[in-house]
Amino acid sequence: MQRLLPDERGHFDEFGGQFVPETLMTALEELVEAYEKYRDDPTFQDELAFYQREYISRPTRLYFAKKLTEHYGRAKIYLKREDLCHTGSHKLNNTIGQALLARRMGKKRIIAETGAGQHGVASATAAALFGLECQVYMGEEDTQRQSLNVFRMNLLGSDVIPVTSGTKTLKDAMNEAIRDWVTNVETTYYLLGSVGGPHPYPMMVRDFQTVIGRETKEQIERAEGRAPDFIIACVGGGSNAMGIFYPFIGTETKLIGVEPAGHGLESGQHGAPLSRGAKGILHGSLSYLLQDEYGQVLPAHSISAGLDYPGVGPEHSYLKDNALAEYVSVTDDEALEAFKLLSQTEGILPALESSHAVAYIDKMIASTTKDDIIVVNLSGRGDKDVQVVAAALGVNL
Amino acid sequence: MAITQINRIDAVFDKLEKENRTALMPYLMAGYPDVETSLELLVAVAKAGADLIEFGVPYSDPLADGPTIQAAGEVALANNVNTGTVFELVRRARESVDTPVVVMTYYNTIYRYGLERFAQKAAESGVDGVIAPDLPPEEAGPWAEAASKFGIATVMLVAPTSTDKRIERISELSNGFVYCVSLTGVTGARANLPSNLTDFIYRVRALTDKPLAVGFGISEPEQAKEVSGIADGVIIGSALVGLIGKAGGGCVEAARAYMSRIREAIDT
Repeated sequence: MQRLLPDERGHFDEFGGQFVPETLMTALEELVEAYEKYRDDPTFQDELAFYQREYISRPTRLYFAKKLTEHYGRAKIYLKREDLCHTGSHKLNNTIGQALLARRMGKKRIIAETGAGQHGVASATAAALFGLECQVYMGEEDTQRQSLNVFRMNLLGSDVIPVTSGTKTLKDAMNEAIRDWVTNVETTYYLLGSVGGPHPYPMMVRDFQTVIGRETKEQIERAEGRAPDFIIACVGGGSNAMGIFYPFIGTETKLIGVEPAGHGLESGQHGAPLSRGAKGILHGSLSYLLQDEYGQVLPAHSISAGLDYPGVGPEHSYLKDNALAEYVSVTDDEALEAFKLLSQTEGILPALESSHAVAYIDKMIASTTKDDIIVVNLSGRGDKDVQVVAAALGVNL
Repeated sequence: MAITQINRIDAVFDKLEKENRTALMPYLMAGYPDVETSLELLVAVAKAGADLIEFGVPYSDPLADGPTIQAAGEVALANNVNTGTVFELVRRARESVDTPVVVMTYYNTIYRYGLERFAQKAAESGVDGVIAPDLPPEEAGPWAEAASKFGIATVMLVAPTSTDKRIERISELSNGFVYCVSLTGVTGARANLPSNLTDFIYRVRALTDKPLAVGFGISEPEQAKEVSGIADGVIIGSALVGLIGKAGGGCVEAARAYMSRIREAIDT
């Protein structure tokens, strides 16, 4: 049933759509057309499969976390190891797909937005691989918090443009990327990093990330002879969650998206639009959004820069309102505990984003039995976060 | 259907057409540089010969705007301006000014306020129309319906990248006039008009009979004059807002003088 969504204008019921300046509408029409053409083109799909296998290092493992399972003594816990993708997160699944599309469309320049830098690094990587010029917009505050990633992008041959408007974070970087696109629309491909933005991005990014869910389905079938009872994934914009959820939507598997509760949902300092937001429009699509009573977008907060975003992909809003997935939240402190727990039980440093998904195990495990199976999407590795974690734990490096 | 009200916008373009003149259409940001001065500015530019005034609602994420209007919006938001403030300012301006006022706002401010509530409040305050730069025809249906119920014009935009088919459709849906975005880019003063502007306006002209107003990038009297030769309206935004920012305490007088210069240029 969900295969039919979005409709041809990008709506997931009332969510999604194309709320962008007219200047971009023809470009979006062209993108829809190009994507429709290549998504079913065997040559394109073969090429994508080649890079997924040889370059990204897919399929990633579905790892049985024996010690973590023993730690809790309840459901069996598996980790989908997207942290083992080249560049350290699931982001490359999308950037390789879109860069291949950009190349087919004859675009020589790509632009991208980034918060923590994971999507920026993945875009810069794809650009280097395919010989495309690449400029990455990044909030000035994030360039300072993540200076190492700025340098990584530079090493890969991309320019990073610090954004000084608004809150100087991801949402403003995205505004600036859209302004660049409006200006250079004829020559430039906008490589959007999550399942947000105007149609066709939410659908296209979902499709490129669905490889996570397809592999998971096969792998768990092989390991356990059945589908999992629970899938848990973190949700900022929501691309890793959408990718692993998609093949399981409408099945018996319970899908759980974990939003960042920051300092707590009641504190107002969080990044949980599905839990505490209202319907609104940001960056081209209608979805749940953190905003005031006049529609002014409110700044988000999370210890994880990749979840520090006031909006969320429109398909998640659709899944929420139709009870096809459940959305919960985890605070900064709970995520930090999970970071330490996974590091010490399994020897795996999870990204702070993914730590939110790991942290939710603690909250739901009591309701499971030894016969249950949980899959957690480990969307990225935590090496990039050690400075933030050290600071949060009061350790001077 | 309800009786279509004769909108102030239509009346102005009818009158100007008979007089063979081009509309001067300044843009001001509500609440910039402060709430009371923005009201004074609105009245001043009306009296200095503006035929229609665009009144901007400040927004946290103005993705169609360049640095000048972004900065003005940030100041206005810091002055605690909200949708209600904007309506209240227009209501007060109506005590002394009959010039059409079109509110320029990003769609989320309308959506969040409530489509019907926004349209009703706008009408009650004396607003004549609404321009939402991030609301293309594909998504405009619900708003256009609410707006027409209360006699509010929905002004739609066309861009140089729009196909003929889109221009036809947008022009048909647009009320009052068609807003022609002069260039591929965001708002902001430019040194030169785009070289293909004339071709673009002729292309639009061939596809619709509605008045055409040109905006984005116009700042100098000579540019305004040139545009007045091909279009029915000249929109001046960032240049005016930038000048208001620089003029400080003398901004009302500076805006008035600037409007008079532009008026003179397009009338001769």
